[in-house]
Amino acid sequence: MVLTELSMLELAAKLSSGEITSLEATRACLARIAQVDGQVKAFLRLDEKGALAAAEASDARRKAGNPASPLDGVPIGLKDIFLTEGRETTCASRILQGFIPPYDATVVRLLREAGLPIVGKLNMDEFAMGSSTEGSAFGPTHNPWDLERTPGGSSGGSAAAVAACEVFGALGTDTGGSIRQPAALTNTVGLKPTYGRVSRYGVIAYASSLDQVGPMTRTVADTAALLQILARHDPLDSTSAKVEAPDYREDLEGGVRGLRLGVPREYFTDGMDPEVEQAVREALKAYEHMGATLVDVSLPHTKYALATYYLLATAEASSNLARYDGIRFGLRAKDAKGLKELYGLTRERGFGPEVKRRIMLGTYALSAGYYDAYYLRAQKVRTLIRQDFASAFEQVDALVSPTSPVPAFKLGEKVADPLSMYLMDIFTLPCNLAGLPGLSLPCGFTKSNLPIGLQILGKPFDEARLLRIARAFEREHGFTRRFPTL
Amino acid sequence: MKLTLEQVRHVASLARLSLSPDEERRYATQLSAVLDAVAQLQELDVSGVEPTSHATLAASLLREDVTLPSLPAEKGLANAPSKVGTRFAVPKIIE
Repeated sequence: MVLTELSMLELAAKLSSGEITSLEATRACLARIAQVDGQVKAFLRLDEKGALAAAEASDARRKAGNPASPLDGVPIGLKDIFLTEGRETTCASRILQGFIPPYDATVVRLLREAGLPIVGKLNMDEFAMGSSTEGSAFGPTHNPWDLERTPGGSSGGSAAAVAACEVFGALGTDTGGSIRQPAALTNTVGLKPTYGRVSRYGVIAYASSLDQVGPMTRTVADTAALLQILARHDPLDSTSAKVEAPDYREDLEGGVRGLRLGVPREYFTDGMDPEVEQAVREALKAYEHMGATLVDVSLPHTKYALATYYLLATAEASSNLARYDGIRFGLRAKDAKGLKELYGLTRERGFGPEVKRRIMLGTYALSAGYYDAYYLRAQKVRTLIRQDFASAFEQVDALVSPTSPVPAFKLGEKVADPLSMYLMDIFTLPCNLAGLPGLSLPCGFTKSNLPIGLQILGKPFDEARLLRIARAFEREHGFTRRFPTL
Repeated sequence: MKLTLEQVRHVASLARLSLSPDEERRYATQLSAVLDAVAQLQELDVSGVEPTSHATLAASLLREDVTLPSLPAEKGLANAPSKVGTRFAVPKIIE
């Protein structure tokens, strides 16, 4: 077994027994990055010095028999959306190039306190707006399973780095599927926790009523272990829930016997790739064999979710991104005459095409005369979508569906057609509108060796059950220990 | 719903975005297509439906009204593209 192919918990066991040091593990990650990242391009920036110093400190704690957490010393990567004190954070945008945050995001602080060395910052779609990581101002990330294809997005750098064994785990954010879709496209596990479960303080905002932070790893148990570190109330985030986190690993091996799993009719649509559908249907059969009962359920407003999402997300984005004005941080157009021109030119030069498109749509939807027809109506339809889920969860414990309608597509294939790119999120974004937890785990491969993901959606704060359902499949039929050849 | 160039310019001005003529044309086409796609929401009867602004927030969470230290001025100004003393500098606003 190659060192960098270990799971986070396998590495932690070896760190605990003294078989490996964190310094060795961190150096192994850096060597792996040097070897493969020229092709994958998952990292925007490395922090070798910081990571090695954290590893050394971790080794000292381990040696003293005093680890800070079960994952103390396990190297990790961060999507470039998380503020890291003293380390450049750009959100993959030119407008933030050179921005050095004055403080750490709460999740970054939690990782540091738990002793995980942070190897570097990972590529993403600019301001998390996209489904392919081609929206990055610094060039696309490549899927380690097929370098001509996208790793998905917007957390594509996180997914690709974890899949390519450049780091043992990573953090991403998910506004409409940005953790789960890239996880599905790269044979990794990705969890979007319940809205409010993980703090967003210091996470660059895209659409505040939808954004949520989550772990991306190579096994279900690793996701549970990482969530354990992140899930807690944060007084610095007014949307952070005051809900005690359970022990996510306690019931992980509990299986699915007796559980009722809902299969939403509307998530098996025309236009889905037949190989994706087949793999998901086989996974459903496997769950039945393992003792779960499959229940046919309907989420009748599913077809309205995409429109609802794009109105609400862009409206919130147009408001959140108003802060990039060239005054307090980031890029400033130096040749502008007057304040209004300074705003206009700075934003014209700093933002990429997808960000501008979404700001324009959101501004339009909120503008005088259109607010009721677009924004308010979308908020009402959001209520109907939430109600669909609430009635489904009266009958079942969780919902199971494909994560993405298609496997990884070729880079450049959908760039010119925003609507077809938006369709990549049709199975993931209803969960964000309803604020529910959702997980994607590997469930198979196409004939051309492209990963396929299975999505499990749950009730609010029911992450422990989602992990248990995912673990049951991983244990019996798992694809999580397969690695791309690079 | 076909957006006119005039409307695109108006929205761009509201959004404080200077667009090139090429961008204006492109966004007119692309935004029109997106607006056509979202028009399906008009099919639904939403009378009597309450809007949802936050999905799972039971109530606004308020913290104790206590003073906490804030970011020191030098840290807050560290990323300023232009500053004067402890202030952000901007181009002249009043003639």
